[in-house]
Amino acid sequence: MEYIIKNGNVFDPANNINGEKIDICISNGKIVEAVKDSAKVIDASNKIVMPGGVDLHTHIAGGKVNLGRLLRPEDSKDFYESKVGNKRSGSGFSVPSTFMTGYQYARMGYTTAMEAAMPPIMAKHTHEEFLDTPLLDKGAYDLLGNNWFVMEYLKEGNLDECAAFVAWLIRVTKGYAIKIVNPGGTEAWGWGGNVQGINDPVPYFDITGAEIIKGLGKVNEMIGLPHSIHLHCNDLGQPGNYETTLKSFDLLKNIEANPKYGERDTSLHATHVQFHSYGGTSWRDFESEAPAIADYVNKNDHIVIDVGQVTLDETTTMTADGPMEYDLHKLTGFKWANVDIELETGSGVVPFIYSPKSPVSGVQWAIGMELFLLTNDVNKVVLTTDHPNAGPFIRYPTVIAWLLSNKYRTDLIENSLHPWVQKKTSVATIDREYSLYEIAQTTRSAAAKVLGLSETKGHLGVGADADIAIYSFDPETQDPSTEYHAIEEAFARAKYVFKDGEIIVKDGEVVKPEGYGRTFWIDSQYDSELENKVVEDVKIKFKKYYSINFDSYRVHDEYIRKSSPIKLS
Amino acid sequence: MNEIILTPKEQPSVPLELLNVNPDTVAGKSIDEIRQIKIAHGNTEVELSEFFNVKGESSENPSEIRIVIDGDVYNTKRIGYGMQSGEILVKGNASMYVGTEMKGGKIVVEGNVGSWAGRDMEGGELIIMGNAGDYVGSAYRGDWRGMSGGKITVHGNAGNEIGEYMLGGKIEVKGNATTLAGIHMNGGVLVIHGDATTRVGGEMMNGTIIVKGRIDEFLPGFKYHGIEKNIEIDGEVIDSSFYKFEGDFAVKGCGGIVYANASKNGHIVP
Repeated sequence: MEYIIKNGNVFDPANNINGEKIDICISNGKIVEAVKDSAKVIDASNKIVMPGGVDLHTHIAGGKVNLGRLLRPEDSKDFYESKVGNKRSGSGFSVPSTFMTGYQYARMGYTTAMEAAMPPIMAKHTHEEFLDTPLLDKGAYDLLGNNWFVMEYLKEGNLDECAAFVAWLIRVTKGYAIKIVNPGGTEAWGWGGNVQGINDPVPYFDITGAEIIKGLGKVNEMIGLPHSIHLHCNDLGQPGNYETTLKSFDLLKNIEANPKYGERDTSLHATHVQFHSYGGTSWRDFESEAPAIADYVNKNDHIVIDVGQVTLDETTTMTADGPMEYDLHKLTGFKWANVDIELETGSGVVPFIYSPKSPVSGVQWAIGMELFLLTNDVNKVVLTTDHPNAGPFIRYPTVIAWLLSNKYRTDLIENSLHPWVQKKTSVATIDREYSLYEIAQTTRSAAAKVLGLSETKGHLGVGADADIAIYSFDPETQDPSTEYHAIEEAFARAKYVFKDGEIIVKDGEVVKPEGYGRTFWIDSQYDSELENKVVEDVKIKFKKYYSINFDSYRVHDEYIRKSSPIKLS
Repeated sequence: MNEIILTPKEQPSVPLELLNVNPDTVAGKSIDEIRQIKIAHGNTEVELSEFFNVKGESSENPSEIRIVIDGDVYNTKRIGYGMQSGEILVKGNASMYVGTEMKGGKIVVEGNVGSWAGRDMEGGELIIMGNAGDYVGSAYRGDWRGMSGGKITVHGNAGNEIGEYMLGGKIEVKGNATTLAGIHMNGGVLVIHGDATTRVGGEMMNGTIIVKGRIDEFLPGFKYHGIEKNIEIDGEVIDSSFYKFEGDFAVKGCGGIVYANASKNGHIVP
């Protein structure tokens, strides 16, 4: 099927197109130069046309997501959708079921979403949930920051062995990137503790967070992965943690990006930085240090961040940062689930209420906004809510509207949020508003580039996958700064969404629910001889310590519906 | 009071759900329109008249409507769901979720009811003449914010975990209750006139539980405060001697109170 999208106001930052009226031609799932006269015409006049959204940090599949569903039946009480035709039913506000996850992303014009935390031993579970997550292209990051093998290789200074191990592990688990969560801290949690900052040694392994971050940063570039290391810093959510955050950022400063695929030029992706930009010494004198963080990002070129914007909802927190979740449970008294994941990581789940009236929640909201608004180059700051940790992804349209409208933010600050927001942060003094071009950067092109997927994702040039969102908002006659509810509604329910050249959403409703996207994974081998040696070592540990057999570890092709390996030469 | 009489035909083996048949939703409707209200029958929808004969007279004002279910509806769920005003009278048994999320008005069931009666109730009055199942006046599964107002009276016995996560209002059980009555209770009053087998008030944070019968086995997380006579609850004086306990110290910051009838509970006093 061929289509031509006519007369739309196109926002395609990767190709420097800023609202111009350009026709987009689609053939065989790709964007092409021209189509035949028989191509179906889609009239996009008075509408916004953007590439499909790319979410590079979300929790939508796997062990802890499912644990969240189990822990929170009440999350599904008032939020569900029924079966309509081939569209499946589903439920869950902050932890939606798999099918509904796909439909909800699609309705907002998002077509790619990356699961940001996959324990390698849970890879099969993650991919099984992907099997039931329709419409989206997806991938999953392997948790490696508390892995026994990684810590031992790095401790001994065996970077080559470590690279051989990591490349093998990502290949057999069909993962996409190296994820580091509270490096050393989750292992310390296995001993009932945590680590403070980046220089606190891990029990038994006697290695520090700094050594893990730097070591895996080097390993990432030795393998040449498309994405940089994806770092959840130490001390998440603790007042005064911004110093740890800045020190962590600096560890990667002199490591050169060396992707064997894609156009990434940075060596660090720091995730949900909102949770890591806190000043003060306790919750009483808690304040924003987002300006210091944004200043660092502005002055350094080796880093991209995503925000983890608080959306002021009741949500579910879930992370491999086990000790942090325990602290949160003790702080709130809310129910808590905890899992130890053998030699690899751990996880915790706790519900949380970000109340607009709460001083801390208000400041957290403001810190997220400051990070967006004080970072000069939007290519360095990606829109996320760390779904569902700071809020569910279905709130992206609201976050977009906040960024586009100072008035919307001011109304909220003055009428709904706690006075701490004006006292402890600078957000009320910032009148910057994102342009629609910058929205396309923070939700599309910047994410695609840092993932290494910018050849086919996040842009509308010839050769790109025909993943396209069309929104009912006329940038020529309407001003998002004043009509913020209209833009919010437009981004919540796209007029049309194309996925691989097929219409999957029309008028905000899913019309092709049975479609399935790709699973991206990295097919690489660092050094075949070294890998054989490393795998022998792994097999011994498996027999000794793992609860599953070595042969059950590998994720077989049957677990992937539409496999899209990226082979690194 | 205008009466609308629903006479049940045969109860199907797949349950019915009367989610949207209460005085608020039928107010202003003609009897014919009421017959056509869609109710859930398993995963399909049917008209009310398929399982009930409908007669009587409606009113514009829901508080002037009494819906009488004239027979046994043992396989019909969610009677009086979210009801705000008026009355419902069930002249037989009812299934699960009677008076769930009720905000006002009055429901009387002459027979027995299933579990979850008065779940998340906010106001109004729910009277069950027979026995009730588990989770009377509890929270939704998983939630920590349960019944916040209104009154539930069970004239017979009740099942397990009644008043779970209760925040306010009053539950009175004239008969016995089984395990974990008032678990996680965080406010309100729970009165059990009969016996209360085991673990009354497990992990309760706040609120008051009065057991006039025997507690077979009590939890260790309660502090004994001696005997109190003629206790006053909600302006009502109960003239007996009670052992007073505070707890459950299994949770931090607790301040719940359990009164156990002194004449029957010597075995639980330290």
